[in-house]
Amino acid sequence: MEKTLNQKAWFLVLPVLVLVAFSAVIPLMTVVNYSVQDTFGNNQFFWAGLEWFEDMLHSERMWDALGRQVMFSAIILTIQVPLGVFIALNMPKSGFWSSFCLVMMSLPLLIPWNVVGTIWQIFGRVDIGLLGYTLDALGIPYNYTQNTIAAWATIIVMDVWHWTSLVALLAFAGLKSIPDAYYQAAKIDQASRFAIFRYIELPKMMGVLMIAILLRFMDSFMIYTEPFVVTGGGPGNATTLLSIDLVKMALGQFDLGPAAAFSIMYYLVILLISWVFYTVMTTIEKKEG
Amino acid sequence: MAKITLDNLAHSYYPNPKSEDDFALKELNHVWADGEAYALLGSSGCGKSTLLNIISGLLHPSQGRILFDGVDVTNASTADRNIAQVFQFPVVYDTMTVRANLAFPLKNRGASPQYIAQRVQEIGAMIGMEAELDKRARGLTADAKQKISLGRGMVREDVNALLFDEPLTVIDPHMKWELRTQLKSLHHEFGHTMIYVTHDQTEALTFADKVVVMYDGRVVQIGTPEELFNKPEHTFVGYFIGSPGMNVIPATVSGTTATVHGTQVQLDQGYGDLSGKVELGIRPEFVTLTETDGLPVQVRRVEDVGRHKIVRAELFGKEINILAEEGQSISPDMNRIAFDPSRINVYVNDWLKTGKAA
Repeated sequence: MEKTLNQKAWFLVLPVLVLVAFSAVIPLMTVVNYSVQDTFGNNQFFWAGLEWFEDMLHSERMWDALGRQVMFSAIILTIQVPLGVFIALNMPKSGFWSSFCLVMMSLPLLIPWNVVGTIWQIFGRVDIGLLGYTLDALGIPYNYTQNTIAAWATIIVMDVWHWTSLVALLAFAGLKSIPDAYYQAAKIDQASRFAIFRYIELPKMMGVLMIAILLRFMDSFMIYTEPFVVTGGGPGNATTLLSIDLVKMALGQFDLGPAAAFSIMYYLVILLISWVFYTVMTTIEKKEG
Repeated sequence: MAKITLDNLAHSYYPNPKSEDDFALKELNHVWADGEAYALLGSSGCGKSTLLNIISGLLHPSQGRILFDGVDVTNASTADRNIAQVFQFPVVYDTMTVRANLAFPLKNRGASPQYIAQRVQEIGAMIGMEAELDKRARGLTADAKQKISLGRGMVREDVNALLFDEPLTVIDPHMKWELRTQLKSLHHEFGHTMIYVTHDQTEALTFADKVVVMYDGRVVQIGTPEELFNKPEHTFVGYFIGSPGMNVIPATVSGTTATVHGTQVQLDQGYGDLSGKVELGIRPEFVTLTETDGLPVQVRRVEDVGRHKIVRAELFGKEINILAEEGQSISPDMNRIAFDPSRINVYVNDWLKTGKAA
């Protein structure tokens, strides 16, 4: 049978195209548009080519922010992933206390970002905050508004408090999916506790852990609200992470061109690192299998 | 290798069992002789796996003791009991190679590398996986994985007992037969005490020296395949073993005569007057379809299975099975059945009643 040629079917994808255009393509293209132009006000723009990108690549400020950002993500991942797995391993597997733990652990995940920031901002204050006051009373120098180490410690502990549960919950789900027979067989084979973890639990958790690491990486790399509320990027620029710096540049200084170039590169970096993560982890999984 | 004694053993999954019904495993006294191969046969949920897990120490019994060669091991850990157990679904260590999987139990017990290498090679040959020894276990098929589990169960030579919990469920029929034969020859060679849980009567009857039949948390009969066939001690055994199973017919018995719905059936032994739920048990093999005398039946259908014919009939509204020779012709006039008197078993409240020679 001959196929009827009917191009009207294209109209059916039109609604999706319109939606995607308004939700993603047009805003993104606006950014691209800004990144290749310059203005001296009055809404008059001049073509600037790749100048802003070159500027940004040579900007010490951006490299510093990127360095801080990478360090932040690296630190919270090395704390949250093992800690989350550890918590999951030690949680009650069933019954009332299991549900109780799950609910308690989910609570931090439900708190809005800026509320988390506010909580820790007040919690850490030396004059009225429980944490800050106690540390100060104990004679430990702690003041996140003046001390770089204290500021970093605060935002890291805050992120660990906020997000470790996510890793723990995912790891717990992975653990729960292991049939009892595996543990029984391990007992019969006289496997040590470590061997059970290494050869049964870890391989079975690998899949969910991969998702956990990816999610935590992307989220931490884009983090803005919480550290902004607590430290505002200070003291000095000590906790100015990429997105904080970006907002300063775009809305504080109104440098639209550089900020646009910055955000495009920021986006590409996240995409690139996520891709590398994913590829590396899937190859590991394949090799294991 | 050990003699395993179960002393007053019972288990309930409830913390405070109230009645006998709460017990998954009812009170049990039994000795598993050293070096014998047993099959634990019963339908799903009858307590077979519970019993097995108690013996291996994965489960602590609610009451009673377990002794290995006279030593109380009730509170001993699985490792101390030195038992090997193979489970229904394959358990392999995914990230290890087949070789490492087989070596794992030996390595954990600190065996020497030369011994491990040699033993793993032997077991690899036994389960027919020599070629795959260096493959990762993850990508293998379910029956290859189960063969690894079996191999891991057999790799230790000094175990007190080898326990199998329906190990061949996931393996395809041809391989099933082969592995079962191998298990048997392994048993002959090393003389391990083996307990093999299954719900498949063929598997039980071909594997074991003695078959232990369980029903509703209770051991109803222990015997050789022959004993189970000829003298089932409980109607369940008669029904569960044999294909089709034993016919159970409600009757009244007085002396050497049984009465089924007013028709008399001659018995070859005397039982006196029996009260309670009295039933006659007769295997389809010993029922003959006749034209002349006996109990009236209505033939419903005839199934020709090649070696013989199975006649499905109705006796006073209850199904009855008759086995007929392949060559025998079955005519529409054959609506009576006769029993071989020496093969009729009498049951009172489901348990076999032994009569006196008449």
